[in-house]
Amino acid sequence: MGLAKRIIPCLDVDNGRVVKGVQFVDIRDAGDPVEVAKRYNEQGADEITFLDITASSDDRETTVHMVEAIAAEVFIPLTVGGGIRTCEDIRRMLNAGADKVGINTAAVFNPEFVREAAERFGSQCIVVAIDAKKVSAEGEPDKWEIFTHGGRKPTGLDAVEWAKKMVDLGAGEILLTSMDRDGTKNGFDLGVTRAISEAVHVPVIASGGVGNLQHLVDGVIEGKADAVLAASIFHFAEYSIQEAKETMHAAGIEMRL
Amino acid sequence: MTQSLKVALIDYGMGNLKSIKNVIAHIGEHEVLLTADPVEIDQADVVFLPGVGAFGDAMKNLRARNLDAILSEQVLVKKKPTIGICLGMQLLFERSAEGGDHQGLGWIPGHVEYLDLPAGFRVPHIGWNDLILEQDNPFFAGLGADSNFYFVHSYHAICDPQYLLATVDYGMKVTAAVQKDNVVGMQFHPEKSQTNGLETMRRFFQWAQEYRHA
Repeated sequence: MGLAKRIIPCLDVDNGRVVKGVQFVDIRDAGDPVEVAKRYNEQGADEITFLDITASSDDRETTVHMVEAIAAEVFIPLTVGGGIRTCEDIRRMLNAGADKVGINTAAVFNPEFVREAAERFGSQCIVVAIDAKKVSAEGEPDKWEIFTHGGRKPTGLDAVEWAKKMVDLGAGEILLTSMDRDGTKNGFDLGVTRAISEAVHVPVIASGGVGNLQHLVDGVIEGKADAVLAASIFHFAEYSIQEAKETMHAAGIEMRL
Repeated sequence: MTQSLKVALIDYGMGNLKSIKNVIAHIGEHEVLLTADPVEIDQADVVFLPGVGAFGDAMKNLRARNLDAILSEQVLVKKKPTIGICLGMQLLFERSAEGGDHQGLGWIPGHVEYLDLPAGFRVPHIGWNDLILEQDNPFFAGLGADSNFYFVHSYHAICDPQYLLATVDYGMKVTAAVQKDNVVGMQFHPEKSQTNGLETMRRFFQWAQEYRHA
């Protein structure tokens, strides 16, 4: 078998708890991050992404401890994102046991940070997270724009061009979230996923909107994503990782079963 | 009954020390020491060379601590069981083309080059790939059809087939594991490859014990 497509459960962590909201509001509690990570590891998750959605620096310390606790027990790759703004932030997370870091807003305000981070730590651990929203009207050619602050602030940046720029600066992977779809359970925005997958040579992780297992299949086959990220369908035990893998495998996708 | 080994996990400012320490702790039989100290390294049974980042920086860091000379004595003269992981494996070779032309440790003949893959194969090569065994070896035999390990890299080693233990199919044959005498290299991350990774680490230490006492 060649390279398998990946399923990545995502832990949005606020104040030391896994939470999940609809389009970043209406938050529900989904448990203790270490316990949740262990469960996904046992179910055969290919990686785990940990998104720190708290803003305060006190909570940042909690995050470091949590990453340490997860890395001590879960022997699959761990990506940590949220609030990564400096090389020092990256160093702390890697030292705590993260394998990759996700850079989001900081890349928008200072694209050179991506270059600096990739040169210092290597492209293989720099994931640039892109939050995109469709801005073209019905009937117009498709166009997606980068948004920051949980999808509230437009930046005027074209999402596909931005992804290419991030890869040129050294991003080793793109985590693409559709802000229109996030939390809706209506499936990935396959248009933007495919547009970015075809525009860059690094792996693309599709995120935002998974409501059932067919959505994961669509993300890989139609969206051409290399990995699919989902949160709530796994957190609330609607589906196990194993079921998701079996469904994707049955659809002809190479999976690690 | 296995005997506990002293593992010198080489601390030269590049990378995933914590994850490797976690795995060795999880296996539980061996003592692991994060170190760049010549005396401590000399007292150890096993040399463990981790590494994440760029080849040139890694060699610069090793030389700045005189570790290239210290480790070469341990590896080539004292013949200690040695393992390099990911970038740590690439450092075992003579040269790398990553970001210029850099000299490596040269413990295994060969060089490191960019993954020049057919169209449609993404670089970095990130994710789980099944190993293809190139020759019998104590580390991966019998893992079965699901012999998948986690890779994340943009460069790989090119060497004579006699040193090649395993490859993966990613648009071409990509070097996954190598061995020359007491020196073993793994391009993937056993410390991040779940059950298979833990099993491989256990087998490496078992091999190291046998090698030490042979």
